[in-house]
Amino acid sequence: MLPAAAIAWKYVLAGTPEQSPNYTTDEHWWSMLIDIPKCIGCGNCVRACQAENDVPDGNFRTWVERYHVDDWKMENPEVISPDGGKEGFPAATDESGKYFFVPKMCNHCADSPCTQVCPVGATFITPDGVVLVDQTYCLGCAYCVQACPYGCRYIHPTKKVADKCTLCYHRITKGLTTACCESCPTGARQLADLKNPNDPIHEFLKTHEVQILKPQMATGAKVFYNELDGSVR
Amino acid sequence: MSGVNGFMYPNEVALQWSVLIVLYPYITGLVAGAFILASLVRIFHVEAVRPTYRLALLTALAFLIVAPLPLQLHLGHPERSPEMYFTPHSTSAMAMFGFVYLWYLMAVLVFEIWLDYRQEIVLLSQSTTGWRRLLYRLMTLGSNNISERSLAIDERVGWFVTLVGIPSAFILHGYVGFIFGSIKANPWWNSPLMPVVFIFSAMVSGIAAVMLLYMLTTKLRKVAIDMQCVDTIAMYLFYIFILDFSLEMLDLIHRVYEADESFRSLNFMVHTRLYFSQIVLQIFLGTLAPILLLGITQVTKLAPAIRKRIYVVAGCLVQVGIFAMRWNVVIGGQLFSKSFLGYTTYKMTLITREGLFVAIALTILPLIILWVLLRLLPPWPHPPLPAVAPAD
Repeated sequence: MLPAAAIAWKYVLAGTPEQSPNYTTDEHWWSMLIDIPKCIGCGNCVRACQAENDVPDGNFRTWVERYHVDDWKMENPEVISPDGGKEGFPAATDESGKYFFVPKMCNHCADSPCTQVCPVGATFITPDGVVLVDQTYCLGCAYCVQACPYGCRYIHPTKKVADKCTLCYHRITKGLTTACCESCPTGARQLADLKNPNDPIHEFLKTHEVQILKPQMATGAKVFYNELDGSVR
Repeated sequence: MSGVNGFMYPNEVALQWSVLIVLYPYITGLVAGAFILASLVRIFHVEAVRPTYRLALLTALAFLIVAPLPLQLHLGHPERSPEMYFTPHSTSAMAMFGFVYLWYLMAVLVFEIWLDYRQEIVLLSQSTTGWRRLLYRLMTLGSNNISERSLAIDERVGWFVTLVGIPSAFILHGYVGFIFGSIKANPWWNSPLMPVVFIFSAMVSGIAAVMLLYMLTTKLRKVAIDMQCVDTIAMYLFYIFILDFSLEMLDLIHRVYEADESFRSLNFMVHTRLYFSQIVLQIFLGTLAPILLLGITQVTKLAPAIRKRIYVVAGCLVQVGIFAMRWNVVIGGQLFSKSFLGYTTYKMTLITREGLFVAIALTILPLIILWVLLRLLPPWPHPPLPAVAPAD
């Protein structure tokens, strides 16, 4: 059985992705796998996201953080993300402890606090598990920005509405992957469909130590991190 | 970026909620507090504070009219705000604001004021001329019957409305506290005590505001202050303030003792960026000082002139303290990163839509509305109305 993306591909190539017969929202449950040991902090994903989605300067739908965790300082890591890691990172100078990169993005939570608090329901979760904002309906009250535990939302400086990662919904519903996944040179980011039994995510989750961010928030986060260090917030 | 210490998630650097959102709970609190003072007369029969009964209702109305304006000005798309009425999202605490507000405005406050003033409105609609006559006639809503039986019904209905109004006032402001307290992402806000603290602080600020306005209006009208009235208000203010302070301290002690993952971050903030507004303004100047001043009036026998001065100073300090409390909740809750690894700063603009000047204008506006209301519906005993034959 071919994944949905492969079936849709010929329609995408023909320039008629909307005619793809195989995309039914309730047949998918989208998530993302981030393989921390593979991330090299190049910032490709941040740049690709900005170009694909016209993300305003100073705001980020995705960004990359570099952690430096010194011995015995797990609770107080040194974290940087200059301009969201868009142009990469300065060379590490301190040889003690460990360094690693953590790409961040909307977790497309199944029980998302941002969706819960939106006063008019402009933020919603699609049947295929993506948290989106209807920007023609959003009041711009920023309550969702306050409610997101991960800092993934912002008020668009010119549109004056909530903005965030859409998991490149315009792409994934046409059988493509997200801009950040496509641009990642090491495959550190992988779009995953939890409802597709043939998706490699299932095997990966079975065989690796995978975590989500801030599990104590009980948001049903769907961005899975491989080898996530305990110091990451 | 300047103004940032440590690490903030990149989207957190700029604050989303400005001084206008500080004003929102402050103004709403004054409404709820003023109404509770009015209910002391009507429901709890505290006759000593009767001189402030109508003033308290009109104060509540003046501030309630302005309460949604800071929110409206803050919205990115204010023209879409009616959607909160037409398509409210049932799981959103904020979506209920429109309904709670409308209920409180129309079903409680306006209705109670109308019932209480109906007789005078009818008489004024018959004794005045020109546009005032037209206005008062409109305000009668066609109900011109001021027979004894009719007024007795007004009284009974008014009592019932006040009875409903007390939980409504609690809901109005407790709900504002819930908007903040229910945000699990923010440990500075996330507390089940938040609605309770908001209710008690609302009572403190509203009662103090009406006490100050009563003293100001009597001075402007060149009549003597009813000392029994202000003494009684001060007594209630003192005891409610102690309850409010105890609740806030309970919250603080719990946080300090529990010292969860956010504690180091919040503790740092209180000792640095919020030191002036929290420790100096809110706790010492705005809470301990007025409690001490009011406490002195409770345990000593001071001359009325001194008591009056103490009440004015304490009343003003209360306003500073409660405004600082709102500031520390709203602004303080956004100064630290949800990563607990860094801090940002709030730079208030001056003449923008969410700037200082607009905030000052919104603080003055209720007082202007109150002045108009006082002209239209004088709350204090006035010269007898001209004798007009009752309609019934």
